[in-house]
Amino acid sequence: MKTPVSWIRDYVDLPAGLGTEELAAKLTMLGLKLEGIERAADGITGPLVVGRVLTKQPEPQKNGKTINWCTVDVGDANGTGEPQGIVCGADNFEPGDLVVVVLPGGVLPGDFAISARKTYGHVSAGMICSSRELGIGEDHDGIIVLPADAGEPGASAFGVLGLDEEVIEFEINPDRAYGLSLRGVARDAALGFAAAYHDPADRSVPAANDAGYPVIVDDPDGCPLFVARQVTGFDPAAPTPEWMARRIRLAGMRPISLAVDVTNYVMLELGRPIHGYDADKLTGPLRIRRARTGERLTTLDGTERELSPEDLVVTDDSGIIGLGGVMGGETTEMSETTTSVLVEAAHWDAVSMFRTGRRHKITSEAGKRNERGVDPEITEAAADRVVELLTTYGGGQAGPGVTVVGRPPEQPTITLAADLAARVTGMEIPPDRAVAALRAVGCEVTVDGDRLTAVPPAWRPDLTDPFDLVEEVARVEGYDNVPSVLPPAPPGRGLTRSQALRRRIGRTLAGAGYVEVVSFPFVGVPDLDALGLPEDDERRRVLRLANPLSAEEPAMTTTLLPGLLKAVGRNAGRGHGDVALFETATVTLPREAAGPAPIFGVDRRPDEGELADLDKALPEQPLHLALVVAGEREPAGWWGPGRAAGWSDAIGAVRDVAQALGLELIVRSGNRAPWHPGRCAELLVGGVVVGHAGELHPKVCRAFGVPARTAAAEVHLDRLLEHAVDVVPGPVFSSFPLAKEDVALVVDDGVPAADVEAALREGAGELLESIRLFDVYTGEQVAPGRKSLAFALRFRAPDRTLTDEETAAAREAAVALAAERTGAVQRS
Amino acid sequence: MSGPNTDYDPVEVTPLKAEEVEAMREAAFAAIAAASDLEELKQVRTEHTGDRSPLALANREIRALPPQARKEAGQRVGQARGAVSKALAARQVVLEAEHEERMLVEEAVDVTLPTARTPRGARHPLTTGAELIADIFVAMGWEVAEGPLVEAEWLNFDALNLGPDHPARTMQDTFWTEPPENHLVLRTHTSPVQARTMLTRRPPIYVVCPGRVFRTDEYDATHSPMFHQVEGLVVDEGITMAHLKGSLDHFATAMFGEGITTRFRPSYFPFTEPSAEVDLVCFVCRGREPDVATCRTCRGEGWIEWGGCGVVNPRVLVACGVDPERYTGFAFGMGIDRTLMFRHGIGDLRGFFEGDVRFTTAFGTEI
Repeated sequence: MKTPVSWIRDYVDLPAGLGTEELAAKLTMLGLKLEGIERAADGITGPLVVGRVLTKQPEPQKNGKTINWCTVDVGDANGTGEPQGIVCGADNFEPGDLVVVVLPGGVLPGDFAISARKTYGHVSAGMICSSRELGIGEDHDGIIVLPADAGEPGASAFGVLGLDEEVIEFEINPDRAYGLSLRGVARDAALGFAAAYHDPADRSVPAANDAGYPVIVDDPDGCPLFVARQVTGFDPAAPTPEWMARRIRLAGMRPISLAVDVTNYVMLELGRPIHGYDADKLTGPLRIRRARTGERLTTLDGTERELSPEDLVVTDDSGIIGLGGVMGGETTEMSETTTSVLVEAAHWDAVSMFRTGRRHKITSEAGKRNERGVDPEITEAAADRVVELLTTYGGGQAGPGVTVVGRPPEQPTITLAADLAARVTGMEIPPDRAVAALRAVGCEVTVDGDRLTAVPPAWRPDLTDPFDLVEEVARVEGYDNVPSVLPPAPPGRGLTRSQALRRRIGRTLAGAGYVEVVSFPFVGVPDLDALGLPEDDERRRVLRLANPLSAEEPAMTTTLLPGLLKAVGRNAGRGHGDVALFETATVTLPREAAGPAPIFGVDRRPDEGELADLDKALPEQPLHLALVVAGEREPAGWWGPGRAAGWSDAIGAVRDVAQALGLELIVRSGNRAPWHPGRCAELLVGGVVVGHAGELHPKVCRAFGVPARTAAAEVHLDRLLEHAVDVVPGPVFSSFPLAKEDVALVVDDGVPAADVEAALREGAGELLESIRLFDVYTGEQVAPGRKSLAFALRFRAPDRTLTDEETAAAREAAVALAAERTGAVQRS
Repeated sequence: MSGPNTDYDPVEVTPLKAEEVEAMREAAFAAIAAASDLEELKQVRTEHTGDRSPLALANREIRALPPQARKEAGQRVGQARGAVSKALAARQVVLEAEHEERMLVEEAVDVTLPTARTPRGARHPLTTGAELIADIFVAMGWEVAEGPLVEAEWLNFDALNLGPDHPARTMQDTFWTEPPENHLVLRTHTSPVQARTMLTRRPPIYVVCPGRVFRTDEYDATHSPMFHQVEGLVVDEGITMAHLKGSLDHFATAMFGEGITTRFRPSYFPFTEPSAEVDLVCFVCRGREPDVATCRTCRGEGWIEWGGCGVVNPRVLVACGVDPERYTGFAFGMGIDRTLMFRHGIGDLRGFFEGDVRFTTAFGTEI
């Protein structure tokens, strides 16, 4: 809401020297938030004067344009008193007209410096200005022609144009609809500075009578009050007075014609949207009702709309002529020939206005006010003000008829404890001050012991609850006066187990060289195709968005890998192909046959069953951890060659995470997209598959544009966390001497090393302290299709030094079991 | 130097003569002193104390002497051998020290060579930032609450006093899931976590809820369809706006330093009444002249808009099963991304979401 300061001052006796910043700051602290202060003259410097056109000589040019060579009286402003010669491209003026002239030395918005220059065969000493050139309007069809009484030639044009005006723009919150009018802004200014207030709606209005235009309201809930007045003999050519046009411009709207400008002016002044009909185009009584299914209306923006039975419409004998309170229809629109105006000021149901506006996607200044709530008690005054302005500036007569159908809705009564504001705000507010504050914002308050009964003023439809009144008291008392006190929180239990473990996982991976990324959770089918997911893969069952931002990523992702791979691609594209990334986030897995989520009432807590139904309607959203490692894991350097990232890095990183959680991770051969079928590990904890890791399929690397042999892992983190060791048991270990034994076993290529190791471990029995695979050999010394695995075994007893015989026996038992389970043959 | 014993007189064995032994000793001393490194000293040791050294051979001759002469000769040779051994040992110490000295010089390396072999990892500043915030509140006894991103419409809107016709619903452009009749949204704020907390726990409630939220904003330097919020909720007996102010002042000071506090301005949120916007004293210029005039962080305001807050609307308490006659509450919320942007001078919001390792590694593992 843009409010010219001079307009505010019309209604409130503000201190003379009050600065605009100070006024804006005070209103901000009262709830009307400062958006910005505009000075119309921003970007314009000196000499900008009123000029009278003396001569105007049209001169056709070779380029087809016609320019006007003019002489303009600018008084003494040019220092000589001689007429100023100026070339002007516009033609909407005549000799004798008053215009706005910027003389050489002046600067217009956009750092446009004016000098005397040669053009079209003349020396043009200045410029005759249009609204757009001065930055005060969009109008560039012609230059500004000032009213005849605008001023003497040579006088400064700043005041005439309102360029010395300051305009405060406020962001008006939905609860402060009164702030969408000068009347309301001025009222808060009066409150803020304890200044006298003159309500522009406070006027005597003619009593309702039967002579007015007939109006029938079929739906008093939707339209509780409808006022109609008439003006006849109106001159459609009458210009809008410059002061009114200027204020409309300063408020951010466009002057159009006197009849339209007057309705807009009164809307800005009082907050009540007004609709004007061309009365000559109306046939029969106006009727307000809800639309019927299938009815249509072409609104005055030229759009044909199909109406809903919830829309409120205005009809006459010809049918529907307007969407009540939202937008008028084409057929009865005022035009340049309108001489008889029917003025409609009506109070509409705010919820209906909101729904209609949203349904038809209409945002208008009128709709904005009607859907937030307008003071119903000024409806007659607003209509009367329109009649006054139309007759004053457009000639014509006020019709004798005054139609008033219905009455303003009653204001609610709110009771509250007298100390409620003090108890809720923590400020010391004695009851009498709370009462005074409520009265200051317009409430009628009665005190009954320690209870207050308040009737909010008609311009505050937002005040319905006791806590609404607390806010009013608080803003009058001043939010700055709220003390700062720490609340007495009971002892907390710190982070949950899951929260603490997630931090540990992040630190573990960062310590291992992985960089965390945060991706959008959106995915598209092409991403899932790029992963090479089979048609029946469960990760293709995505939850789609009804209104995605991007048609390429219209669904919630079921895997974190696309986001990570795109990040790797971005890094590679920026010259960082050697990266290791990880992400921890939830994925969205729709449930089979999930029903809609219930919408409960809000007057009570839903019961346990209802809440369970609600949760069942949500998709599963498990926490995942994914990581990707690409390029060189270790760079080449003075120490020697580098090492390429590969499948083992991805598996190793998950092992690190498992170790950080105190978990034993079982790794076995797997086969799942998007991994390389021969280099994919299935990862298990507690007998449950928790994820996969390994090298990506070459097609996947190509599809995402990431380095060849990029490796990745994705695990179901919630499952890992479930198994995390809660309390680590203290270790017991022996200090007796260690016995070391190495064995080399030859097995078929297809036998997993983990199986051999498990057999050795089991066969070696309790004396085995540790086992480590330290070499894998294939080549001349073993048969084709076979491999040699070399293990280092360490034996130790808890209570004695092992004899050579005991160690050898344990080793042989280990080898024997490995032979039995895996066909291993000890290499001689 | 020794040869077959040709001298018949056993008393007068030439090598055992005093002057001979003395000569052997002197020769050994000279050789020891001349040895310039450990290798040469080893050679000298062999030559002068080895089995075939003159003193060793002389020692062997002692047995040839008549018993009465053996003692004197034995003493003489023994003293000489002892003195040579001692000299050797002493020289050994000196040469070893010299050797080590030389080694230390020779082994010098260029310590400026690069050392890091595996690239450094990092945690995301949004993660560590959220943890920093959570820790400030956990230190006051609060707990951290979480909830789903795909949320029921009722919890995201209705339960928070945002009815279907509430104008505020259009203020938050919401992602809806297919089909819209299923009433699921991507949560537009972390407030449904507050609602869930009230629905599942009894007061006193002291929680912060950090997390991802979604709005249908086009992606640019200051807008993103996904961003991060942290909200706080307290529901207890006797809770007031003053407790809200105290909590936010503490938060501001812990996050931005001593002297950085907040101010309230009246505002509107459906879920709170009274409602306020929270401004933070600019932690760069502190609102002080003359710095404030040129401050780029607060753009000369002296204050930074931080978030929204207020007293929990009793209608929200009712919908969530909290007795509004007994309890009052407060709630606040702000953007984590935005907070980090001005705390760290980050100019473009998109840096958080691109995954460029240069952005993230700059913040290390803690923020």
